[in-house]
Amino acid sequence: MNPFRMKHWSPYVVGALLGLLTWFTFGVAHKALGVSTNFSQAVRLVEEAVAPEHAKGVAYFADYKVPKAIGWEAAIFVGLIVGVAVSAWLSKDQSGAQLPELWVQRFGPSRWKAYGLAFLGGAILIYGARLAGGCTSGHGISGSLQLAVSSWVFFLSLFVSGVATAFVLFRKGA
Amino acid sequence: MFEPWTVIGLGLFTGFAFGFLLQKSGLTKYEVIVNQFRLKDFTVLKMMLTAIVVGGVGVWFLHDQGLAQLSVKPALLVANVGGGLIFGVGMVLLGLCPGTAVAALGERNRRALAGILGMFVGALIQAETYGMLAGLARSVDLGPLTWPKLLGVSPGGLLAGLTFASVVLFIGLEVWERRRMSDNTPKLPPQPATLIERVSVGS
Repeated sequence: MNPFRMKHWSPYVVGALLGLLTWFTFGVAHKALGVSTNFSQAVRLVEEAVAPEHAKGVAYFADYKVPKAIGWEAAIFVGLIVGVAVSAWLSKDQSGAQLPELWVQRFGPSRWKAYGLAFLGGAILIYGARLAGGCTSGHGISGSLQLAVSSWVFFLSLFVSGVATAFVLFRKGA
Repeated sequence: MFEPWTVIGLGLFTGFAFGFLLQKSGLTKYEVIVNQFRLKDFTVLKMMLTAIVVGGVGVWFLHDQGLAQLSVKPALLVANVGGGLIFGVGMVLLGLCPGTAVAALGERNRRALAGILGMFVGALIQAETYGMLAGLARSVDLGPLTWPKLLGVSPGGLLAGLTFASVVLFIGLEVWERRRMSDNTPKLPPQPATLIERVSVGS
């Protein structure tokens, strides 16, 4: 069978190919794979356009070197959506559009509850990512492969916290 | 305002390949992420650790040859630990991380869209409240520190150790998963004979 039409690849194959992709980003593009800076950049650009005086006083932008020029990460943002759409289209995988089964089992079928909690989850996780200086891409992959202390510490912390959160959310009788 | 077009082109290609791979691995799915944290499905760990090992060996080699520059984020340990702990809560609630949530938009995933709108708001709140926390967040700043520098070992040696440990972990996981599967597969309704067997084994 044509591998591009398969719905699922082994995580080891995907991981190895993702590793090769980082050779490309570091060796050819001279950049690190990352996603979450996009959100801080959007905040910075909007604040500087709408309230330039206020934006000057926001220490975060300078302290964490949030880039002003749109480019690398914004392009990854767009590319990600297209890449997933093409893969899902080739394998006729349409499961993403429905509420996940596990979600419905635990939290019920309400769409607005699902969107509300997803919104909250997104807000919480990006707060943590931007405080730590990266997410599961920038720290988790790019940083960890550079053997960065910051990235491994972040990765381990999020893993411990995630296991504890999952334990509480999905405990028996919850 | 914009980076050069070459950078944008390389970014589009990188994003495309990243998204394609994430979709094939199943990481754009809520269940796969949440079940990793419930320790029921180790796809996320297998994928990420493989990427780190393969990527690390190549990138450090390129770096040794003078072909790649590293960009190590500063070890602001309080911010790294605090941020990680906060991140874990949100990641389990959403069942996606920033990269996989953006990716899931390509599957017309509306929960992911809600999560991404939340991320814009969360990034705004974070930038606005950072001033109050900056002192604490930066209280331990070890600079762009790497494990080889901290431990006084060579990057190659550390990567060799990490590769070996990962292979051992992967073999262990595969054996454990296969054993668990064969324990769980005979889900026939309990028959008198099996009940008796269970009682006698259990006692």
